[in-house]
Amino acid sequence: MLPHFSYIRPETGSEAMSQLSDPESFVLAGGTDLLGCLRERIFPVRKLVSINGLAQFHGITETEDGGVRIGALTTITEVETHPLIQNRFPGLARGASEVASPQLRNQGTIGGNLCQKPRCWYYRGEFDCLRKGGSQCFAAEGQNQFHCIFGGDGICFIVHPSDTAPPLIALNASAVIAGPKGKKRQVPLEKFHVLPADDLHKETVLNPDEMVTEILIPPPPPRTRSTYRKVRARRAWDFSLAGVALAVHIEDNKVVNSRVVLSGAAPVPWRSKAVEDVIQDRELNSKTIADAAQAVVEGAEPLEHNQYKLPLFQGVMEEELLALTNQA
Amino acid sequence: MSDKDSKRGGITRRSFITTMGAGVAGVAASGALFSGTSQAKAPEIHKAGEAMRITLTINDHPYVLLVEPRWTLLHVLREVIGLTGTKEGCGRGECGACTVLIDDIPRYACMTLAVEAQGHAVTTVEGLMHGEDLGVVQQAFVQKDAFQCGYCTSGQIMASEGLLRANPLPSSEEIRRGVSGNLCRCGAYTHIFEAVEAAAEMKQK
Repeated sequence: MLPHFSYIRPETGSEAMSQLSDPESFVLAGGTDLLGCLRERIFPVRKLVSINGLAQFHGITETEDGGVRIGALTTITEVETHPLIQNRFPGLARGASEVASPQLRNQGTIGGNLCQKPRCWYYRGEFDCLRKGGSQCFAAEGQNQFHCIFGGDGICFIVHPSDTAPPLIALNASAVIAGPKGKKRQVPLEKFHVLPADDLHKETVLNPDEMVTEILIPPPPPRTRSTYRKVRARRAWDFSLAGVALAVHIEDNKVVNSRVVLSGAAPVPWRSKAVEDVIQDRELNSKTIADAAQAVVEGAEPLEHNQYKLPLFQGVMEEELLALTNQA
Repeated sequence: MSDKDSKRGGITRRSFITTMGAGVAGVAASGALFSGTSQAKAPEIHKAGEAMRITLTINDHPYVLLVEPRWTLLHVLREVIGLTGTKEGCGRGECGACTVLIDDIPRYACMTLAVEAQGHAVTTVEGLMHGEDLGVVQQAFVQKDAFQCGYCTSGQIMASEGLLRANPLPSSEEIRRGVSGNLCRCGAYTHIFEAVEAAAEMKQK
């Protein structure tokens, strides 16, 4: 049984925002992550504000500039199967298809997928860990095979669980965030997630009285190819052990521009500038790809039980770049 | 009323009695009741632990219920209404035993608040029955011996039913993907895939 909470389902956006100004309230969308956190009593929630009555935050539309707007309440399945996403942003369609299980994709929303809480088993378990306000990180010296190799900074070693954030960041997408009193701001998704060194107690830049209302993806430059690859033990449910999202713009066989974002690597979706720099202005031949595979683990700081992630990321990077060159 | 009910949507006399025993008002007349939420009123806050009155449409029957905000759809189906065909496995979205259809789409009833199911059509495994006869997917599962212990079966059947409603002739890869959110600890997977294939064929006829 879930713990007690009060519940309200506003019918307008402004009503929802005024409810969220109550510091004890939490947004309920698909609920696939939140209800799990409630059941396990990870953090106290006294009031749920269901935004599922707000149809204006649902759906996928083309923007005037040729980009795409995705309402935060759009389900992962809808993102995965929408023709606009499949045709223009195949990396995002692939990322969505790799999320959890069919039922969870049918229920979970794109906004929620970006705002997931960490899956570290100490955080989700009965451990008073640093992120929950305790005095130590149990993963540092404990069972850390699914933890990060970048960005832990000796503080907290979670990985961000999203499979849609890496392709969205590769595609240079932004989140539109609504705040109190009709305030709105737009944040590039690359700057949306928060490293432990910057703030240990939040995973995103959202304030408690804010919520994501939509995702904007700019029109892709011509001849941009986007992909996402996720490695995991089971074909359903599992979170990424090592994943790579690519958006690569190739002209005359040379990389003009690229954005490379890793999942399963860091407490935030991890942009690999090292790989981007290595492949810039080069043809994706075997030498370039071998250099990229070296670069992807440059500066990695593996823990005792996750050293396997280094060769895994190298292999995945190599395979994904090879696959890209094989695309017509 | 019970006769009428037993013909519609396959609520048996037993479940009907259980339902009444649990203090639920089963509303006989359909129509008008599908409006669900009261759109005209400003939203009100429902206090923790306080029962709120909702209407759920389950297997085409409207049920007027008193629920706490924290009750899951799974809890209400099994413990309040007495529709025990839907099973609780993990209770945390990691096994699929509680799969039901919401507006024809498979979802986990354990990860859905009952109050959030208002205004939607919920279908449980009981809703696939035609009176005392099994539905097509159920028949296919029996024919292909697609279970051993049977605990995951109603969830497997509902995931398969949802798949076939969206995609009447799935490929074998699409079938594997369609039931990939449902664990079977007996390992009856190959027979489950065969059953879905058979059900797709049977539904074509």
